[in-house]
Amino acid sequence: MISHIASICSFLIEINNTVDMTTTRRQFIKLGALSAGSVTLAGSSFNWTTASSLFENQKSVASDRTPTYCEVCFWQCAGWVYKDENGEIQKIIGNDDDPHCNGRFCPRGTGGVGQYSDTDRLKTPMIRTRTDGVDSFREVGWDEALDYIADRMKEISSKYGPECVALFTHGSGGSHFGQMLKAFGSQSVTAPSFAQCRGPREVGFLTTFGDIIYSPERTDIRDTRCLVLIGSHIGENMHNGQIQEMSDAIDKGATIITVDPRFSTAASKSKYWLPIKPSTDMALLLSWMNVLIENGWYDKDYIARYAHGFEELKEHVKKYTPEWAYGITTIDPNIIRRTAKEMFDASPAVIIHPGRHVTWYGDDTQRLRAVAILNALLGSWGRRGGFYNPEKAKVPEFPVPAFPIPKHLPTEAYKGKYKLANEVVSNGICDATIPTPDKNCSYKIWIVNGTNLLAALPDQEQTKRAIEALELLVVVDTMPAEITGFADVILPECSYLERYDMLRKSPHREPNIAIRVPAVSPKYNSMPADWMAKKLAEKLGLGAWFPWKDMEEHLDWQLKEIGSSLEEMKRIGVKKFPRMHDNLYFAPGEDVTFNTNTGKIELYSTDMEAEGFDPMPVYTAHEEPPEGFYRLIYGRAPMHTFSRTANNPNLTDLMDENTLWVNPKVAKIWGLKAGQYVKLKNQDEKTSSFSIKVRITERIRWDSVYMVHGFGHNNKKLSRAYGRGINDTELITRVKVDPVMGGTGMRGNFVTFVFENEKAGKEAES
Amino acid sequence: MRYAMAVDTKKCVGCSDCVVACQTENKVPIGYCRDWVVEVTDGTYPQLEIEIRSERCNHCDNSPCVRCCPTGASHYAEGGIVLVTPEKCIGCGACIASCPYDARYPHPDGYVDKCTFCLENRVKKGLDPACVSVCPTKCMYFGDLDDPNSPVSIVLKKRKWKTLIPEAGTMPQLYFLI
Repeated sequence: MISHIASICSFLIEINNTVDMTTTRRQFIKLGALSAGSVTLAGSSFNWTTASSLFENQKSVASDRTPTYCEVCFWQCAGWVYKDENGEIQKIIGNDDDPHCNGRFCPRGTGGVGQYSDTDRLKTPMIRTRTDGVDSFREVGWDEALDYIADRMKEISSKYGPECVALFTHGSGGSHFGQMLKAFGSQSVTAPSFAQCRGPREVGFLTTFGDIIYSPERTDIRDTRCLVLIGSHIGENMHNGQIQEMSDAIDKGATIITVDPRFSTAASKSKYWLPIKPSTDMALLLSWMNVLIENGWYDKDYIARYAHGFEELKEHVKKYTPEWAYGITTIDPNIIRRTAKEMFDASPAVIIHPGRHVTWYGDDTQRLRAVAILNALLGSWGRRGGFYNPEKAKVPEFPVPAFPIPKHLPTEAYKGKYKLANEVVSNGICDATIPTPDKNCSYKIWIVNGTNLLAALPDQEQTKRAIEALELLVVVDTMPAEITGFADVILPECSYLERYDMLRKSPHREPNIAIRVPAVSPKYNSMPADWMAKKLAEKLGLGAWFPWKDMEEHLDWQLKEIGSSLEEMKRIGVKKFPRMHDNLYFAPGEDVTFNTNTGKIELYSTDMEAEGFDPMPVYTAHEEPPEGFYRLIYGRAPMHTFSRTANNPNLTDLMDENTLWVNPKVAKIWGLKAGQYVKLKNQDEKTSSFSIKVRITERIRWDSVYMVHGFGHNNKKLSRAYGRGINDTELITRVKVDPVMGGTGMRGNFVTFVFENEKAGKEAES
Repeated sequence: MRYAMAVDTKKCVGCSDCVVACQTENKVPIGYCRDWVVEVTDGTYPQLEIEIRSERCNHCDNSPCVRCCPTGASHYAEGGIVLVTPEKCIGCGACIASCPYDARYPHPDGYVDKCTFCLENRVKKGLDPACVSVCPTKCMYFGDLDDPNSPVSIVLKKRKWKTLIPEAGTMPQLYFLI
């Protein structure tokens, strides 16, 4: 039996005596540090009748289950919240009609109740105050907090224009605050999910096929005969629909080929595992192209009909033979040929998976171009078992006035750079916040919602420099994540189980919508993002952009426009609609025009060429670890999402710290013992704040170490997460920026073991 | 009637969804679990194999826990499912010591607790146990071995399987597809 010993942490109310930030204007405040003059809610002039009436209706419709869609990750599975006899949330179960989850939640969704029940949650609004040179937070009422923000926004924007406000967001709150921001006059809305994650694949596929991958991915895994994963560890990344379909594919006998320096869970399910030398994936991809073309193992009719630049590609990849790739990748040339043949034999029901977190080495868009080209050669785009054409339910927006046109757009923050980025580049906004003499676009206010930027953006020092330059930082979150320690104002958001949000209407095989209805009233003095954004907009004189009384009215209007209603959605949770077009796959021989400059699938990219980039991917050698150092590889665990679940009581029960995977040969050299704690130091002399438990395993190469991202929190208010493991982001000080779209390559950092003061974190507590 | 479960080690990814679904369904207190995941790695890099198993009480036909229980709290229920009656349990722990699978734990309320195959709260209502119904990989099969058309009977006929510690002679009813 697994022994789960609950961790009991001392609940320190700490007077602020941080030393690391005392030289700066903005001191990091540990949230325990409430100032002596903290007021309680009684002092608030806020009209509570209004707020509570928001939730009165719920009680009248209370039934045994309430529909929601999950917010623990971006997959947003729709499910049902069940309450026990005491009215407390007991369990959350998937909605059978939901194509994202097919009635089966993943561990994070099942444990999502912990996002609600976590007693470490942010409980009331707070404003930074300074007494005797020491910063602390003062608890305030909602009216005071929102008045403060509105006054500061007006004051600061009167000097710099409304474009000086940026919104960093990840999750459902983004649409509410985005509406407020656009009404205010700024379009700088950005999410780390682009430039820190899936951006390169979207741009790589956009420049090849004229369309992106979307979320959920349009991969037709359930009907594929061959699935190729490159660094994508489905099964450890718990993207629900992908896992489910991979399992279906295993049942149907599909061939899985996994390319990974680590023996991932997916690798263990694969017919072929290619234990590639890290950072050399491009060489393998190019040699696969070489093999497919040289042997005629490609879809000749498809290429002739749809592709642009085949002859150029053929010439281009001639030199990239499997023997050439062998010396770079360490993969046996015969295996390269055999796996290429497997792909061709399965084609067009083959998927070279585009992955999701693909910001690795700075040439990531080009690597994803190579992935796209392989799929094109095999004719899998638009084919059953390859990539289907998703369709989204069309839901009209609640009518509001036109948004003001900003004097400058967010792209001016990184003018002349990242020209093929199709979304706002978060690190571009962050960099532009740091004043330089030659910049005409800088940000003075950040609103940060649902993303812990200190863990999401690499190069923490750069993020701190940007924060230091701000005149106002508003953080909206459910948890005291590190970013809250830098805030001027903290707004406690209620969990997804306590609020309405906009309809989920992501693209899928069948267009569908899902609704989120509060199962319970917001705990403590937290509030939903939609309410905060609307109230703030009203205080800014922007009420015209929030003309609805509340979300119920908003949603009901939208739903009635498409022949449903709030009442119906509360009963069914998910509604599917027929496709407008019968084009899930291309018909045989169908004429297809692609949304590219040539109207064809661009093996040779005219967009890349026009912007001065290689029109066809080339191999670039990346730096290798110096002696005594190991490449830092990070990834996911199925029971956690980013750094946001590290304190969830249900999920920390499954995994409460990350471990450092070390090959036994490396362990022997360093005399490491399984279970001992070590600190890590990177190539820039940056040492980790905490220590990490060593896991000696054959599953990792000897030139790399591996850890799960999202641990090593340094806010003591996160009682279950504080000091547990290492925060990989802290060690990612060297960032390889992708010139094509601004993606931050994070796999070029190298670490070594440090044995001084390693008793920090979990071990020190025992 | 003979209830049994099969777990497909070829599909299980070890995500522990079965663990948390069991905890929320059966109100297992945080810090305890009725089911758990075992990962076994064999070989040296790069010749490796992993077996991942979602484990729980084996609901043995010849259960040492039932035999050694001094109060009759541990007993066979419908379909051979091994249950504990909390009211009869004195928390002596003899059953915990006797179980070769380490499937039982002392509940903080003073009795011994374990997997029930969700007999009362789900199976009797025609539902699968919580772990089976939540699993994203659909790697678990549950049903009546006496019914040749039950999912578990079908999959055990079709696939190669093993049980854990068969030499203990407990006749376990938790099967692992290999």
